[in-house]
Amino acid sequence: MNTLKVIINGFPVEIEKGKTILEAAENLGITIPTLCYHKDLCVAGNCRVCVVEVVGQTRLSAACATPCEEGMEVLTNSLKVRNSRKHIIELLLAEHNADCTKCYRNGNCELQKLSSEYKIMTQDFIELAPLKKYSIDMYSPSIIKDDSKCIRCQRCVRTCAELQGVNALTVAYKGDKMRITTFFEKAMRDVVCTNCGQCVNHCPTGALVEKNYIEEVWEAIANPAKHVVVQTAPAVRVGLGEELGLPPGSRVTGQMVAALKRLGFDSVLDTDFTADLTIMEEGTELLTRLKRLLVDKDDTVKLPMATSCSPGWIKYIEHMYPQYLDNLSTCKSPQQMFGALAKTYYAKARNIDPENIVSVSVMPCTAKKFEAYRPEMHDSGYRDVDYVLTTRELAILIKQAGLDFNKLEPMKYDRLMGDSTGAAVIFGATGGVMEAALRTAYELVTGREVPFKNLNIEPVRGMEGVRETSIKIEKPLKEWSFLDGVELKCAVAHGLVNAKIVMDAVKSGKANYHFIEFMACPGGCLGGGGQPIPTNPEIRKKRAEAIYAEDGAHTIRKSHENPEVQKLYRDFLKHPLSEVSHHLLHTKYTKRERF
Amino acid sequence: MAISTQLKRVDFIFNNENDWEKVLSSSIKKNPQDLINELISSELKGRGGAGFPTGLKWKLAAEANDDAKYIICNADEGEPGTFKDREILSKVPYKVLTAMAICGYIIGAKEGYIYLRGEYRFLLNELLKAIEEFHYYCNEIKFGFKIKVFMGSGAYICGEETALMESMEGKRGEPRNKPPFPTQHGYMYKPTVINNVETLVHTYTIFKYGAKKFYDLGVQYSRGTKLFSVSGDTPKPGIYELELGMSLQDFVYEFGDGDTKAVQVGGASGFLVPRKKFKDAAIGFKGKLTGISLPTGGSMMLFNSSRSMYNVLDNYLEFFREESCGQCTPCRVGCQQLLLGIKAVKRGEKPASYLEKLLRLTETMQLTAKCGLGQSVANSFSSIVENFHEEMIY
Repeated sequence: MNTLKVIINGFPVEIEKGKTILEAAENLGITIPTLCYHKDLCVAGNCRVCVVEVVGQTRLSAACATPCEEGMEVLTNSLKVRNSRKHIIELLLAEHNADCTKCYRNGNCELQKLSSEYKIMTQDFIELAPLKKYSIDMYSPSIIKDDSKCIRCQRCVRTCAELQGVNALTVAYKGDKMRITTFFEKAMRDVVCTNCGQCVNHCPTGALVEKNYIEEVWEAIANPAKHVVVQTAPAVRVGLGEELGLPPGSRVTGQMVAALKRLGFDSVLDTDFTADLTIMEEGTELLTRLKRLLVDKDDTVKLPMATSCSPGWIKYIEHMYPQYLDNLSTCKSPQQMFGALAKTYYAKARNIDPENIVSVSVMPCTAKKFEAYRPEMHDSGYRDVDYVLTTRELAILIKQAGLDFNKLEPMKYDRLMGDSTGAAVIFGATGGVMEAALRTAYELVTGREVPFKNLNIEPVRGMEGVRETSIKIEKPLKEWSFLDGVELKCAVAHGLVNAKIVMDAVKSGKANYHFIEFMACPGGCLGGGGQPIPTNPEIRKKRAEAIYAEDGAHTIRKSHENPEVQKLYRDFLKHPLSEVSHHLLHTKYTKRERF
Repeated sequence: MAISTQLKRVDFIFNNENDWEKVLSSSIKKNPQDLINELISSELKGRGGAGFPTGLKWKLAAEANDDAKYIICNADEGEPGTFKDREILSKVPYKVLTAMAICGYIIGAKEGYIYLRGEYRFLLNELLKAIEEFHYYCNEIKFGFKIKVFMGSGAYICGEETALMESMEGKRGEPRNKPPFPTQHGYMYKPTVINNVETLVHTYTIFKYGAKKFYDLGVQYSRGTKLFSVSGDTPKPGIYELELGMSLQDFVYEFGDGDTKAVQVGGASGFLVPRKKFKDAAIGFKGKLTGISLPTGGSMMLFNSSRSMYNVLDNYLEFFREESCGQCTPCRVGCQQLLLGIKAVKRGEKPASYLEKLLRLTETMQLTAKCGLGQSVANSFSSIVENFHEEMIY
């Protein structure tokens, strides 16, 4: 047997070899408090809050870092443990700027929760935060970094290194001066940071938070001269519920729409609409590139083509693989396509002066804030997207408005740019863009549905870091006859550390993909940096299940069948890659330095 | 346990017999198991401070099954008041190199590293010359073992064995979680023996003369000799090789200036022993100040009555506040609290009773810190505050 027996607080428990005391206690239903521990990350064992007593040893052991041994007797709540743990919480509070009422994470802070559990009512130790002259880095459009609230757990550092391979954040100095900082202590906006926000998602306190635009949005709503449109990204509908008391994996699309209407948005629309549009544009772009290669024998054509929906990924490739920028699809992300159309197509159809339109988006993402802020995103003649809120910020809006979310009667999105398909919803999960693109591209080329049961392209689903699939094109329609027998090779990567694996394979010439989907965050957008905190593999799995359930529940599950998208082409764009769409829906990228 | 011996000067370490070639060539003809048994029966314990049985360490590494293994000589001598390793490396480097090679032979390591303290750069050239000559001889006897020097960069924490390995791997020098121990997963996650410079030289003595000669010196639990770095208020500062187990009283008779108020045993992370406890304190490995004190790295700092123990403690705590690696809470924040705490008490901003709270904090630091350094930084605080309480307040 590969198990061993340990005794925790007098109760025996059998546990797999190699598991830690923390995991064994969890099996017994005993929670040992942790701060630096995170299920997504390697074990650090540096906060020492999880110390437990191993009978027979003088010193206490960190439960997260100590493997179980046969017959080990552990006490998780002895007096010795309690006193020490309390001391450590007190020490952290002495170092931390514990001005909780003025903190963005007030109410969802792991240190605050611990302090409350252990009833730390006085502060005997000398407060260190006022003695150190911290300044707040608020220059990034996405992330605010406040070192005075940092507890040095290094979760952000490990996140940036292990999940993202970016290493924008690192540990510097030692002793009392030790802190988390960037290359040459530059501001976050001036370093390789991709704004993905995974550090925000993994920070136990308020040291790293998103830059919020809550007040700006309230002001726009309150201004009668402004017509405020809001778009919601696919992954928001499977995350928002967590912020409002529902279990992970709750699908709240209808209530969310109802809530947005109650908040006073003039039009509640869906990013799904432009996700479908993205498939039309990007799918056509891929087929065009293939045609140039196979028919025109143009060897300057850039393949593999990489998706461009994830702004974290875009900034990453701009920094790390600038020589491959031409491999990116020129399509804007759905958010930016939406923004450009809102102040052109939508404004015209609704007869509203685009000057008076305020375009708000709700995204599972902090990098979207940066994306909206890019200088090139002004193709409508105005800033295409004015304010980007995260899923968390929307929840704050809902709470501030005093809405009882769970009692809201589900409502439907408004029309014109509110139509969605199952293919658009799955943009929220890793592999979703690929699946949606294949559903459409295969059918456009062959006139038949993709040869997968219920349109579910299982090989691109799941949480494996890199996934590959290929699909053979047989008996295409006449105009696509050059694709006959072509095996379309595709790959999917999520989490930038996996993006690196795929890009290095491309760089070395080992990979001969045609099309690659990249998502900056683990699990895709559903695990985005703007999604509810906490995040972990189980939660992401539940959100993914909800996304695919949402897809299954749609009557239309192919992007090209979205009636509003079809109307958009009829009335406005004419056809994919038309001149208008080139102007409004496509973009270019910027080479950046690697520091 | 009255087991103190008379103060006895010994001369093993710096006795430069210049016969390392013979010791090496004869040792590597012996059965490794016999050599380990010899080492175990000598009861040699690590001289870096922690006192882990050296024979057991080598045995564990020898039993570990891996394609690559390493032996590291820890020459990151950073403990304030310790300067013995510097002398060993400049006077008898061949003994260190030979011991490393024998260890390599025993555990199956082909490579050894000397992690040299950044501040000891001036030793580097001579050391490299010695290594070159050593390699030449190894080639001659067809013994494949290579030694390289890795320069430290001046962080105190890199003397901690796992932080040292992190540093060698090009990472930030921060102690790792244990287990796994270095004998299992050390440098490059391969089985590694890491020993203090002095420990290695003692193994040389043992391999040369046999375990008995070493074992016969010292007392129970603390066998053999130890180098002491004597500094402070003493007419004869320097490095002395003494038999273990002597009473602190004898030591002070020999080295004090007649007015010794207290001795800091084991460097800044060691314990302060006040005059009234000299008689009860013997210098050896077992137990704490009740009877026997820990030698740690062998640093002995003598203070006479002109010294303010508050200033002494303030100085130590300044050092630790800066030299803690900063990763774990008890050490990083604890050191700052202790330093600011005694200042606040001295200035009257905190009541004298605050020292009691800080003493309780030192217990937590000892119990919960991640590494041996963090667990011992508060030793000087607790022993000074307990013994010189008045000086802290007035």
